[in-house]
Amino acid sequence: MSFTDTRPLDPWRWIGAPSLMCILAAILFAIPIRVFGVQLPEPVWPMAPAFAWAVIRPSILAPLTLLALGLFLDLLWGGPLGLWPLSILVGYASVMATRSMMSGQSRRVLWSWFAIMTLLSMITGYILTMLDTGVAPSLTATLWQFLPTALLYPFAHRLIERFDDADVRFR
Amino acid sequence: MSFRDGPFNDIKVPLTWTAAVAVIVAIVVGAALLVSDRRESLQSQAYGVSRQVFDAADKPVAGAAAAPAHWGRQLSDNIRGYFFAVSENRRLKQRIAELQGWRDTAIALQDANTRYKAILGLKTDPPIPMVTGRVVLDSRGPFADTRLANVGAEKGVKVGNPVMSDRGLVGRVVGVTRGASRVLLLTDVASRTPVLVDRTDARAVLLGDGGGHPRLSYLRGQNPVKRGDRILTSGDGGVFPRGLPVGVAVKGLDGQWRVQLDSDLTAIDFVRILRFKDFTELVDEKQLDTTEMPPLAQGAAAPPMTVSAAPTPAAQTPPAASTQAPSASRPAPPPQAPASTKPLAAKPASAKPSPPRRAATTTSSASTLPASSRPPRPDVSHELY
Repeated sequence: MSFTDTRPLDPWRWIGAPSLMCILAAILFAIPIRVFGVQLPEPVWPMAPAFAWAVIRPSILAPLTLLALGLFLDLLWGGPLGLWPLSILVGYASVMATRSMMSGQSRRVLWSWFAIMTLLSMITGYILTMLDTGVAPSLTATLWQFLPTALLYPFAHRLIERFDDADVRFR
Repeated sequence: MSFRDGPFNDIKVPLTWTAAVAVIVAIVVGAALLVSDRRESLQSQAYGVSRQVFDAADKPVAGAAAAPAHWGRQLSDNIRGYFFAVSENRRLKQRIAELQGWRDTAIALQDANTRYKAILGLKTDPPIPMVTGRVVLDSRGPFADTRLANVGAEKGVKVGNPVMSDRGLVGRVVGVTRGASRVLLLTDVASRTPVLVDRTDARAVLLGDGGGHPRLSYLRGQNPVKRGDRILTSGDGGVFPRGLPVGVAVKGLDGQWRVQLDSDLTAIDFVRILRFKDFTELVDEKQLDTTEMPPLAQGAAAPPMTVSAAPTPAAQTPPAASTQAPSASRPAPPPQAPASTKPLAAKPASAKPSPPRRAATTTSSASTLPASSRPPRPDVSHELY
């Protein structure tokens, strides 16, 4: 396949559809239900596409979509507006800055990288909340959100596998 | 000359750089939004139109998503009720026997309380109307703990209204739109609730931190709290009425006093929003003056509204007694409690008549009971609900 044969990525397929799935998943996990007395976890779903989009290729649309997804989370969860957009975008920017180091890495390394990005985003959210409210959020609660979010990597990996070769200019 | 034919024709900006600029722009927008946000404010306009529109749009979606969960819970409750009816019946009979003592105590205290109010000419908070709603959405992260209830402005819900579950205080309303209300939980990192320790009357501020057990801060006095003390709302500040059950004091792993919330014991499915108004907000003095006072002792010589002379030492004790009424932490008092109130009830007859003193205002725990000015009823604590 020559360079000219490559098709540009369809924004709906690699950005629109994953965003919609994130929105649906966030709503689904926000329903008030307890399974055997335990509440459902509350992972930050947009973290998975944020990682994948940064790995696949640089894009103008991706950060703007992440801004919108972060605002959606703030509105859905009733948090301060702007908290999750900032937290997710900091993670996205960190992956963007180091994406050249990640090409060709194994799944395990990428998963570790995803966990580090998630941790960075959570730390950003933690600091911003502390500055905003004057109270340090519970570390246990932060950890309980970090763990299920870090387990979302398979979704990001699927997105990377599907679209990583779609635009060879950025490989 | 068109733009394409101009000197910028040959300029090609790498996509990486434009993407970086897009990231920076998005971050700046996010930071600006965060700085301007005031979600926990008691001002209704601070909630913002965007949140109101989102909540109104989200309510049916979240309600539809939550409907199968509600049906499933109802089904499991029905099945459990069918198979465990006998043990449930036995447990309920035992519970009724326990509550019988509390009912007698409540009747006695209510009786004493209404008479003390008549003696002192106290004018207490009027009954609190409330609306019941179902929770359709639930967030429980470290940075936001809120719930969306499916009742809103059309039912008279306002920003600042306290919200209770069947067990205890849940939080307060921070945003209202038509058909939906956003409830800020006590565990939210932005939540601050004035509370008191029932045993010592020590004041504190309940500080949410996103975890399951909010922290007791600004405790004053020596040993003001110990493990197992009941925590109630203090009513300071006027957002919450005094005496709403919050939880039980526990010592955290970090050595700080925390509260095991009553509302956390079961899933919060339905909530009751108290359309509470602080006493100072009630500007209708005429309505307060016409509050019906209960009759004093049978055959009392003094007319009810003119008996407000300097209270006797016995008459000064009721506030302490009245604060015990809603508390569930104290052991059941002995059965002779009703008998002990009779001498007190007879006091007004001997009190000297004097011109009615300007009514003292109070927000005592008993005053929050809706039926405080009516004849005694057996179930005092549930009057609030």
